[in-house]
Amino acid sequence: MSHPTELGLTPSQTVGPYLALGLTWQAGADVVPHGTPGEILIGGTVRDGAGEIVTDAMVETWQADPDGRFDHPDDPRGAVAPSVPGFRGFGRAATDTQGRWEVRTVKPGALPAEDGAVEAPHLTVSVFARGLLDRVVTRIYFPDEADANAADPLLATVPAGRRDTLVAVPDGPGRLRFDVRLQGEGETVFLAC
Amino acid sequence: MTTTQRLAGYPPAPAGTNPPLGFEGYRSTGLRAPSQAPVVLPHRLTEVTGPLLPGPIGPNDHDLTTQHEGEAQGQRIVVFGRVLDSGGRAVPDTLVEVWQANAAGRYRHARDNWPAPLDPNFSGGGRVLTDAHGNYSFTTIKPGAYPWGNHHNAWRPAHIHFSLFGHAFPQRLVTQMYFPDDPLFAQDPIFNSVSEDARRRMVSTFDLDATRPEWALAFRFDIVLRGREQSVFEEPHA
Ligand SMILES: [Fe+3]
Repeated sequence: MSHPTELGLTPSQTVGPYLALGLTWQAGADVVPHGTPGEILIGGTVRDGAGEIVTDAMVETWQADPDGRFDHPDDPRGAVAPSVPGFRGFGRAATDTQGRWEVRTVKPGALPAEDGAVEAPHLTVSVFARGLLDRVVTRIYFPDEADANAADPLLATVPAGRRDTLVAVPDGPGRLRFDVRLQGEGETVFLAC
Repeated sequence: MTTTQRLAGYPPAPAGTNPPLGFEGYRSTGLRAPSQAPVVLPHRLTEVTGPLLPGPIGPNDHDLTTQHEGEAQGQRIVVFGRVLDSGGRAVPDTLVEVWQANAAGRYRHARDNWPAPLDPNFSGGGRVLTDAHGNYSFTTIKPGAYPWGNHHNAWRPAHIHFSLFGHAFPQRLVTQMYFPDDPLFAQDPIFNSVSEDARRRMVSTFDLDATRPEWALAFRFDIVLRGREQSVFEEPHA
């Protein structure tokens, strides 16, 4: 078997404070179009180690559709067009002057994992900011999925006392809150991807 | 739901490739770098997939010098290259987003207010898709260096910010492209936050053959994203 050339990887660098010039899109925060049945707004603040809001961060989300499928060729079950019209799977939102970000989406389905395990519905999240030389990665789980969360193979590897940092909290009808604490008290669990 | 086997993942970047999150020389990391060790995220379905975005790309997004009524000021350049994975395979049809300061080193951003001139004909944002062979190219002006207050007399070397998706979540990369032989390298903690080897991979090369005569200089910047491990469940070969 031939071994592929191993090229050196291009390193990560910070997005810097002016990411909005290149990375903000109109409707970038809309994983689904406005008015999609079952839409939810997921958002929160990004805070630093002193508890101060971070007003130059960007949050990106990636997720399965409500049937737990991806329109992607590397899904071994096959690429499937999303069951929700206009579903993009991806959202990005820069934090505003209050340090708040928010995306509009629908709840993803559960996903099959190795050895018969099932991953609870989740969004995988990247956070970029000035002062972050590399993105930090985390996940958002859903508060109304206690049983599925209890059986989730990733959550099972997270220290029990910190698991709640990965679960969004209800925030009124159609809204979930997910605050990111980069450092310090209540620090969000970040994931090595 | 059916059982799936473990999926082939994207091996982590070798040590020294990516900067540490906490890096003393770069002050802003002080309150932003997580203090707890990360929990390992095995690559499952959400990770072996990723956004395959066709855009949005506007008609002048590949040419930052022609996005306004008049022409952008500064030294016109072509920035081009290939996007590959670590196995040397091209990464086709992937979104490449760039943003940069103008020729005077000023960003068109409300929070950039150092006293260098704004250029009414330069916004500083661009977007292209790689072609079937992983090639991308855009036209812009050479950005200026700028001061940033990180330490006494701190200047960022001239750079263009790059953002790439690749085809799967672990390939997502935000980086910066630098220009050859910049005298400001030695004092820049962001550039120096990675190993010397890795630094070299962020420096573009001047390419005389690719210049456009009587028009623009050219700089090549190839970008290498993480590659996927070969299937771990391959049938044994006869
Ligand atoms: Fe910059």
